Order: sequence, then C-alpha cells, then structure tokens
Amino acid sequence: MRKIVIVGNGISGITAARHIRKLSDDEILIVSSETEYFFSRTALMYIYMGHMKFEHTKPYEDFFWGKNKIDLLQDYVNKIDFEGKSLSTRKSGEIQYDKLILAVGSKPNKFGWPGQDLEGVQGLYSYQDLKTMEALSSTTKHAVIVGGGLIGIEMGEMFHSRGIEVTFLVRESDFWNNVLPPEEAAMVSRHIKSRGFNLILESELERINDDGNGRVGSVKTKEGKTIECQFVGLTVGVSPNVDFLMNSFLDIKRGIKVNEFFETNMPNVYAIGDCAEFETAPASDRKNIEQVWYTGRMHGETLAQTICGNKTAYKPGMWFNSAKFLDIEYQVYGQVGNQPMDEEEHIYWEHPKGEKSIRLIFNESDGTLKGINLMGIRYRHEVVEKMIRDKWDKKKVMSKLKHANFDPEFFERYEEELIKIYNERYPDDKVKSSKSKIFGIFNL
Amino acid sequence: MNSLKAVHKLGLIIFIIGFALFLSMFFLGEYELKEDQLIENIGKDKYELIQEPIQTVLSTTYNSQFTFISELKNAFSAANDKLKSYYEISSDKASEIAALSENNTYKADYINKSFSESSEISDWQLNQMKSYTSWMEGRSYESKEALQKELEGVIANVNASIIGNKGFSNETIKNTTFSLIKKADVGTVATNPWMWLFLAILLPIIGSALYLLPRLKLQKPGIKNDGTFHNALKSRGWLGMLVGAFLITFYIFLYFYPSYMISWVQMVDPVSLLLSGNPASQWFLYGFLYTLAILVMGVRMILKYRHSKYQMIRTASVMFFQLGFAFLIPEILVRLNQPSMDFKNMWPLDYSFFFEYRLDNLLENGTLGIFMLGWGIALFVLGVPIFTYLYGKRWYCSWVCGCGGLAETLGDPYRQLSDKSLKAWKFERISIHSVLVFAVVMTIGVLYTYFSGSSTLAGLNTYDIRAAYGFGIGAVFSGVVGTGFYPFMGNRVWCRFGCPLAAYLGLVQRFKSRFRITTNGGQCISCGNCSTYCEMGIDVRWYAQRGQNIVRSSCVGCGVCSSVCPRGVLNLENKDPKGRLNQPSLLGNDSFGVNN
Repeated sequence: MRKIVIVGNGISGITAARHIRKLSDDEILIVSSETEYFFSRTALMYIYMGHMKFEHTKPYEDFFWGKNKIDLLQDYVNKIDFEGKSLSTRKSGEIQYDKLILAVGSKPNKFGWPGQDLEGVQGLYSYQDLKTMEALSSTTKHAVIVGGGLIGIEMGEMFHSRGIEVTFLVRESDFWNNVLPPEEAAMVSRHIKSRGFNLILESELERINDDGNGRVGSVKTKEGKTIECQFVGLTVGVSPNVDFLMNSFLDIKRGIKVNEFFETNMPNVYAIGDCAEFETAPASDRKNIEQVWYTGRMHGETLAQTICGNKTAYKPGMWFNSAKFLDIEYQVYGQVGNQPMDEEEHIYWEHPKGEKSIRLIFNESDGTLKGINLMGIRYRHEVVEKMIRDKWDKKKVMSKLKHANFDPEFFERYEEELIKIYNERYPDDKVKSSKSKIFGIFNL
Repeated sequence: MNSLKAVHKLGLIIFIIGFALFLSMFFLGEYELKEDQLIENIGKDKYELIQEPIQTVLSTTYNSQFTFISELKNAFSAANDKLKSYYEISSDKASEIAALSENNTYKADYINKSFSESSEISDWQLNQMKSYTSWMEGRSYESKEALQKELEGVIANVNASIIGNKGFSNETIKNTTFSLIKKADVGTVATNPWMWLFLAILLPIIGSALYLLPRLKLQKPGIKNDGTFHNALKSRGWLGMLVGAFLITFYIFLYFYPSYMISWVQMVDPVSLLLSGNPASQWFLYGFLYTLAILVMGVRMILKYRHSKYQMIRTASVMFFQLGFAFLIPEILVRLNQPSMDFKNMWPLDYSFFFEYRLDNLLENGTLGIFMLGWGIALFVLGVPIFTYLYGKRWYCSWVCGCGGLAETLGDPYRQLSDKSLKAWKFERISIHSVLVFAVVMTIGVLYTYFSGSSTLAGLNTYDIRAAYGFGIGAVFSGVVGTGFYPFMGNRVWCRFGCPLAAYLGLVQRFKSRFRITTNGGQCISCGNCSTYCEMGIDVRWYAQRGQNIVRSSCVGCGVCSSVCPRGVLNLENKDPKGRLNQPSLLGNDSFGVNN
C-alpha cells in the first residue's frame, strides 16, 4: 500500500483522489489550508448573493471522505523535500509520501500597479477571498472591477446584488472580446449596461489610491480618469500558485512543468490543474496552462489512471466551456475564435431582442462543422460532439440541428432561423425545414 | 422607477394591514344564543334535557368564543350527567338477575321479571338489556358468580350506551357547537360579512398585486434568488418561524377546533351561498383561502420565472385545476343537486374515496354518480400508469394536484429548505412507502366492511383503522405537518414523506417511464444550485457531476433544477426508455473511457 499525498482540495486534486480510490487501496491524504472539506469554487458567488450557504456548495456530504478512506488534513504546506519525499506543514509537522500530487491551483494576477496591496484590493479565487469581500461589503458603496472576463462579471454581479454600484474597467473594446466573437462580445457589453452597471471599455488601470487609512479610496485610469471607490476587484486572469515551491529542485516556469502524463522533473511527483504547465500544449487548440473547472477534472481523472498502473497520456477531447453573463447563459463547443478566420464560414443568427444568438462555424475547405457558440440558448453536448467528431457536413448539420437543442420544453426554438439563413445563402441546395412541434411535452 | 418602488412598498403595507385585519377577526365574534335557535338545532326533546344548565348561556352575551364554547360544553355535559342518572342501571341488578337463574343458565325471561316496572326509563333499560344479552340466551355458566360477572359487564356496556342513544355524544357536541356558534354570532363579521371580505381578503389581494406587479418593470426576467439565504422568511429566520407557527395553529383549529374560527367562516358565508346555495363550513373557508393562496402566489411564481415558459405554463396549470376542478366545479355540482366531486383528486391521496357514505352517495345518484365512480377508479387504475409512463409523475404532482399546486406557489419561497442528506432520503423511502401500505390496508378494510357488513378483518376493527388514518395521515401529516412545516422543512414535506399517491406514481416513474432529467455531457460545475433548490431534497448534483441522468421516484418534475442551473446542464425530457438509466460518464476527456 502506497501513501499518496495530494496537496490542494480543488476539483483537480479531489477528482484524482476519488478515481485513485476507485482503482486502488492506496492510502490517500489530501492536504489543504483553504477549507476542511471540498467545496465547489464555482459557487463562491452564489454564497455571497445568498442563493446558497457554504454547506450547499460541498458536492459530497462530510461522511463521504471517511467512508471512502480519503484522509483530509487542513494545514498549510510550507516546503517540500523532494529528495526525502516529505512535506513540512505548519501545524502537523513532517508528512511522508510515496507519490505526491500537486494540485495547488492559482492566484489572481497582479501586474505591479501602485497600490495593488491596499486593503480592499483583491481577486476572487479562494474561500478566504470571499470572506474578505464579504467583510468589506458593508463599507463599500462603489466597486471597480478591473478586467473583462468570467471572474470579473461574477464579482460585478455579486456587488450588484447588494445594491453596490459597480464599474467595469475593461482594456478591450468589448467585454471578453479576446475570447468571444465580436457580435457576442457586443451583446454581453450591451447586456451589462442594460442591467445598470457602468462599463468603461478600452481603458486600463494606472494606479490605485489610498484613502488615507490604508484602504483603497479611488483608482486612476491611464486615460486620466479618477473613479472613487472602496473596493477594487482584480480579475485580469490567474497564474499558478507556486511561490512556495520556488527555490526547490522542481522545474517551474510559469507553472509546474509536466509532460503529457503530468509527471514533473522529480520522480513520483505530479502536477495537475491550474498549476501545471505542459511542455507542449495537449492539443493544437489548447494552451500550455489550462485553468478551467472541466480541464482540472479531466487532469485528475487521467492522472489517477497513471498512478494506478495504467499509464495514460492526457488527451483532451473536443473543447467545450460554459459561463453565465448575468442573465445570459453561454456555451461553446469546438473551436470558436474571437475573429472569423479566412477558411471559415459562419452562420450567425441573433434574436431581435439581442440577448440570444447561435453561431455555427464550418471549415470552408470541406464544409465540416468546426464549432458552435451559443448565447442564451442551450445545446446538447453529446449531439454537438458527434457532429464535430464525425465531421458532419453543413447540410447534414443544418437538417439535424434541432436535435442539438437542449432548451427546456415549451421554449421557443430558433433552428428554423438558421436554416432560413442557410437557404438564402444556398438557394440551389436548400435544407427542408421540418415544422417544430408546438407542445414538446406532447411529443410521443 | 422610484414611483414603482413606492407602489411595491405600499403594496406590502396594504397586505400587512389586511392580514392584520384578518387575524383580528378571530377575536371579533359576539355570541348570543337564543332559545329558539337551540330548539331548532337539537329538537324539543333534547332541549328539555339541557334546558336547565343552558339558562346562563342563553341569558349572556359573550365576547370570547373560548368562554362561550366552554360554557356550552359544560351545559351539554351537565345534561349528559342528568340523563345518565335517569337511565343508569344499578350493578346490583346483576346479582338480582343471577339469583333468578336456574342451573346457572341465562334466559331473557329473567330480564322481563327484573325490569317489570312500566315507565319510559324501565322500558328502555329492558330493551337495551335484552338486545345486549341476546347472545347469552340459554348459555350455562359454572356458577352464579360467573353469570353475575357476565351480567355486570353487560350492564356497564348498556350504561355506556346511554349518552350515544339518548344524550349528546362527543361527535354531536362538536357538530352542534359549530352550528350553534355560527347562529349565535352577532358580531361585526357576522353582520357585515361583505365588508370583512373586502377588508381581510380583497385588501391583502390588492396589496399583493401592488407588491408583485411592479417587479415586471423593477426586475428583469431571469433567475432571482438573490438574498434567499439572507432573508428571515426564506431561511428559517424569525419571520419563517412566525409564518410556520401561524400555519400550524390554523391547521390545528381547522381540523380539531373549527368552532373557534367561526368569524372567518362567517366572512365567507355569502360567497358560499352564492356558489352552492349552502352556508359555509370550515371546509369551504379552507378551500376558499387555499384557492386564493394558489392564485395570488401563482401570479408571483409566474412573474418570478417569466423567463421560462415551462414554469409559466406549469403554474397556470395548477392555478386552473385548483380554481376550476377543486373549488368551483364541486360547489356548482352541489348547487345542481349532484354529488360533489373534485374530478382531479384521486385515491389514495383522496383516502375516503371508498368510504361507504361516498360510495352510497355516488351509487344513489344515477348516471352521473356511476360515471364519477368509474372516473375516480379509472384515474388511478389507467391514468396513473399511462400518463406516468409518458410524462413522469409530474403530469400530476406539479401540473394538476392541489397539494402540489400549493407547494409550487405558496410554498415556492421555501423550496430550498428541504433536507438533501442521504439520511433524509433513507427516511423518506421508508416513510412514504409505509403510508402507501397503510392507505391500501385501510381501504381494503373499508371495502371488506362495505361488502361483507362485518367490521372486523383479521382481528382488526376497520373503523379503528380508518379513524387512525384520518387522524394521523389525513389531518396531522398532510395538513398540520405538510403545510405548517413549509418554512422549516421546505414546501414538499407531505409530498416527499407522506403522500401515498406520490409513492404510487413514484414507483411507476422509477421503473416504467419515458421521463428523466438529462445531464448535458460534461458541462456540470458542481455548483449545487440544482440540489439546493430541489424541493424534493434530491441531490441532483450527485448525478449531474457524474454525467448521469436523474431518474428518481420522488422527482415531481417541477423543472426548477433546470431553471436555476447556470450552465444549461439539466433538462426534463420524455424519450425512449432505453438509455434512460445511463452509465455515469462525462464527455470531454479522450484520454480513456471515463466512467464515474
């Protein structure tokens, strides 16, 4: 029986632990200083907004860990002795390991702005971040969120739910348009404004000013604008949380360097999740550091195979992701760039009210489906994956598109609108539109 | 915007004033019982019995129903005591009769001798003794003492039958008290019911409308759960406690002490007269308030979920079935001199469907009665399996049912309070299926008695079983606990732990149905909104995060998990039963076949 120690109880570490437990009898210990039990980081915003309590964000009941013989230790790892195969912790002394999995996650980026360490300046990543945000809220009238991304919109929504005025400071010309195609990014920008937020585009932070008591009092933009505020949310991305591992034998660049088996340069030491940096990106459309909930989970389940004797290279499938911008849900499947490329054909439909859209992207060369981007409409993962993987051509995709819809019963369907666009574009090769049934529930 | 906010606040104030007036009515009755009212109600003969003890009540005006009812009850029991002293047979009679016997053998003739005096009392005693000893005729006993002992038992039984035969039984007192207090009430509510309908019913409705409708402008469509767990009403805070206490108290009065809430009944009297032509009972009051609660809170539900057509249509459906099927049609049937029936209520939820008074009522009412009987049986014999196979149990529980209707509207603010633990699930499975077995056994007993005439089945008294069911399940579980505990344990306490029909529907749904909640590939982020807002306490996330469909007998298909999911992971679907109980698997990782 080996002793497997996992540092970090986020989705990566926990998934690895669960899968190792399914496959082996090894002793498993998870060390984390953040919380006693695993919780869903993605749900932090809902605790703040009162949709849930902390206990609701725990995906497994507390008895689960004991029952599955997964030991939990709430402690902070100071240092790792890779030669002696031991961790030194703050409260529990030395802990030996046979195999070590580093799943230590990220920390919010700070780019050296003056005043970035003042009270009231923070990101949103950990449970502790939530606590400080909560503590500062009663004395916050105006919050400035720097960065137009997924955490930024969450932080903004959180403050907004408490009646705190929110201003977004976004470098790009539209919200998240370094990822979203132009129309979708414009839709999000419009939506944010329509919900009563201030959105300042093409603007960058220059400095954060003290209010005289060590807390933020205002920010100044590079354009020379000063905005009074009592809180600054820094949401300009995250980077691997590896400071405590610096000056060790572990090979670290931005993150902990790993190969496709999540092996680091030290024997019996692996890194997964946000903190791992692949030597070569796992796929042509992937980055060397993957910082998404879903990829963290996949890292964990894949590494468990390797640790339990079935050496498995990480081979991510088709890209997918999802998010929610206030009231607009977002889903993406396959490859969707933020700018249309030359060899691509796009079929884009947007609802007249401007809060729903569907974008289909085809390879111009062979007419196969490349990716789908959805705003305010849900599509079925399984069907879209099949369409892309099996290289369906345009016409087949169009004629079967309604099977991809995953919206609830009675919701209006818009696939006909896309077929209309297609048929106008290809009048000689029309797709027959089959009438959608009115009462989905009565379909037998 | 600001003026709308003011309207919103004004609405709340008006509602609170109206509700306070409603509560105050409880204390506004004034009671003056007249002699002729009493005679009309209990008849001349019985009046003579009670005449003397009731005199103080007749000459007093009461401001409190508690004093009035207590003195009324005292008078009844005084009358009973007096009656008892007239008709009671002395136990000495036992030895007297035994002494007459030859060879310790009993003959009815001894009774004739022993009760030879000719008076009304003696005649009654004689007849009772004869009928209570008929089985003893010709029976021989070991000794005189044995015979005497047997006779003593008989005399005790006869004495115990005096009140039931001649006086005021508990049941009679309860019913008589209710109709007497209604007649005796001369308070403001009894004399101005329309005014009070306006003040205590219409005013809160207007307040609710003013409170709710501005949301159309003030709030954008979309999931609005902000502050749910910071809210004293929705997270077991002081307000939730108060509302729960009010509901529980209301149900206790309704089921066990309806006479005390007579003012409320008086208020709805004109409505009842208008609809059915009959004066209102506490059950009419209950149906009236129940329907209003579903309608007003239904509007709230529709506004809250107006981004989801599924929720809007579903809510409109429960509002329609409550107003039409549960409330109006039965009243109209009564007006047309037909048997009253709620066509959407169904055995075993409607546990008294096979009680003899209801069967007789249907059988005596010609074609319509027979149709009603057939309809009621077809609903659970054919309707449940067919519709549950096609759509899951939601076709009933969250689209049609009255209990479900109340839970989905009045109960919506409390859905997040249901217990999601594995322990609760284990308890739920035992308790709900036990109630189903109880309901089936009780009904078998009732039907056995109906057809055979014998009240004993397998050593159990079928009347006792039905009384136990009516009290324990019908009143306490489904009413007091089922609704009263909304603010403590969520809005589906009854549906989840107690409803025998839900158990039956659930068995079909679990094993033979096209319905499932589909999990969308690998999109779940384990946030927990689905589990938190599941009113049935299903840990939806447990399945979703493994990529597994949710197939659970308890799921009522309200669709809220799908609505609150921020990633579009969940969808209620009726599809080919193959592939319904899929292997847990997540999409997105091609490294190996991932089974979770």
